[in-house]
Amino acid sequence: MNGCTVLLVDDEVDFVEVLADRLVARNLDVSTATSGEEALAAARNRTFDAIVLDMAMPGMDGLDTLENLLGINPDLQVILLTGRATLEQAAAAIKIGALDLLEKPAELDTLVEKIERAATRRWSLEDKRIEERVSNIMKKKGW
Amino acid sequence: MLDLIPESPVPPGGAPLTEGDTLNSKSRYRRMFWAGVLSISVLALAPLGIMTWVNYQEYKGAFEEEQTRPLIRFVAIGKQSVEDFLEARTAALGYVSLARTHVALGDPAILAGILRDLQGSFGGFIDLSLIEANGTQVAYAGPLELEGEDYSDFPWFQEVKRTGTVVSEVFLGLRYSPHFIIAVYREDPPGPGYVFRATIDTEYFNRLVRTLLHQPGGDVFLIDEGGILQTTPLSAGGVLERAPIPPLPVSAQTETVSVQGADGVPRELVYASIAGSPFTLVMLGGDPDSGAGWAALRRNLLIFFGLSAVMILAVVIWGSNWAVKRAREADRVRASAYHRMEYQNKMAALGRLSAGVAHEVNNPVAIISQNAGLMKDLLVMSDTPPSEERQLELLDSIIKSAERCGGITHRLLGFAKHMHVRTETIDLGELLEEVLGFLEKEAGYRDVRIEFDFPQEPAAIESDRGQLQQVFLNIINNAFAAVEDGGEIRLGITRTDAGDFSVWVQDNGVGIPEEHLKRIFDPFFSTKKGAGTGLGLSITYGMVQKLGGDVSVRSREGVGTRFVVTLPGNPKEAQEP
Repeated sequence: MNGCTVLLVDDEVDFVEVLADRLVARNLDVSTATSGEEALAAARNRTFDAIVLDMAMPGMDGLDTLENLLGINPDLQVILLTGRATLEQAAAAIKIGALDLLEKPAELDTLVEKIERAATRRWSLEDKRIEERVSNIMKKKGW
Repeated sequence: MLDLIPESPVPPGGAPLTEGDTLNSKSRYRRMFWAGVLSISVLALAPLGIMTWVNYQEYKGAFEEEQTRPLIRFVAIGKQSVEDFLEARTAALGYVSLARTHVALGDPAILAGILRDLQGSFGGFIDLSLIEANGTQVAYAGPLELEGEDYSDFPWFQEVKRTGTVVSEVFLGLRYSPHFIIAVYREDPPGPGYVFRATIDTEYFNRLVRTLLHQPGGDVFLIDEGGILQTTPLSAGGVLERAPIPPLPVSAQTETVSVQGADGVPRELVYASIAGSPFTLVMLGGDPDSGAGWAALRRNLLIFFGLSAVMILAVVIWGSNWAVKRAREADRVRASAYHRMEYQNKMAALGRLSAGVAHEVNNPVAIISQNAGLMKDLLVMSDTPPSEERQLELLDSIIKSAERCGGITHRLLGFAKHMHVRTETIDLGELLEEVLGFLEKEAGYRDVRIEFDFPQEPAAIESDRGQLQQVFLNIINNAFAAVEDGGEIRLGITRTDAGDFSVWVQDNGVGIPEEHLKRIFDPFFSTKKGAGTGLGLSITYGMVQKLGGDVSVRSREGVGTRFVVTLPGNPKEAQEP
């Protein structure tokens, strides 16, 4: 599990940096962004195993960012962080394609666990896709 | 789009019911009561009083007429009788003086015979005498010995020589007993003339006059021109005393006057002069109160008036009391309903705020938790302890975030304070900053630009902080609801010429249609079907009024809306709720 890549997105700089430090200490490869736009730019540059995204941000909010991120890569595993989770928000987030919803302030262990689960899921998705591609090639090429 | 306050699911419990019953309003109810009693009483009693007075006068007039009418008739009859009496005796005297010669009349025996005849046929004669022109009595027939008396100085003697006939006043004369005389003067050419005189019994006269008397309690008598009694009245006084009545104006006709009787009771007085004599016949009416009819009628009239007045007053007092009680009850119910509404609005606003606040609090709490977690990580996970610098940095971040939490909860507590008006000195600029503090997060999320022209000089007023917070929160919330994401809200404070402060809040939102503009302060008016109570702005309006201020609104559809809250710069202008 070690070494999986995580992008933290939150407009609170203090929060993002400290959380990054702690995750780094747990052997995660952590990048940070303090707005939706920054997060999109980062996601275009490289692929992350998991993205932890704050719901309430000035400008582009969490749900918009989520939608745009999935537009870039539908396999991205996004965990939404929210100050107040309402059923409506959760439903909207899941419908758009978020993996999970965590309420602030979240336990670090829980977060790490979810990140790991996201990374696993992403890898398995990737494996599956590779497998599919391989079987496709196999079928088409008829080896 | 105006009312942001969601339906409150929680009906409040104990809204105090005493709101409408302050000391001030107690005296207001008392004023209301007395005003009602006075106005209705005057309205009801005035016609009754006027009617009673008119009736009283009318009845009184009728009764007085009933009393004076017989008096006038009796006086007319009496006058006739007395005149007849005097005229008959004067004529008899005249006849005798013509039928007999001067010499024959001077014979006492003949004179006595004539006296006897006169007493037999007419009555009332006491004596007869013949007096020479020089005043010497030469012959006398009667009970006294008066021959040789000299009458030349007597006023009647002077008068009879001048006028030919005289009827004198009653006087004592030489006899020392009241009497009056009838005298005729005869020329006897070529010698001097002579006077033929008769003395008339006053008792006879008294009887004659008394027979005229009819009314119980009344009186009848003769007076002379000087107001001296000529006959004995029934009431106090006797012959030749002054009559107990004021001087009467001379009149040829029968006259009626009202006089004060000796007992102070007003009476009717009717009098008539007796022709050819110094006498005036006077008749006094009976005691008007002794007329049982009038007294009873007057008593009934007064009892009727008194009872009616008492009944009217009772009904008026009862009615006023009832009306005031109803008004008071209605005021109380309204005050309590208003209080409940205010409470609901506050609770709704609080609910909405607390959701936002929870979200806001979570951010710093998350930071605190992460910072503390990181410190623990550094201590547990690495072999070398973290540098002091690093620790301080993390602790500072924790403290800063804790302060942020404190600020948020403080604001929430300030809002939740009780809603009775409690005045303190408030800087409007700071207060608005505080209120905007609640909303800056939402503004950030929705990208709404807020421009606040913070006033150059402090805008200090005496007012209630909690209520003002709620007022501006409501209005600014409405502005938020009106603008699109990315819209603009501007606000500022200006000072009016009167020294009041105007806080204006202007947005570039959807605006309010003109037909709604008139009704936006009405309770339960909402354009959001099912989404609001329609109380937000009406409560805002009520609160501003309570604080002695005023709210106005201007709006144009598609352009924006401007609310202006004017608050008194002088706190004494705050009005009674």
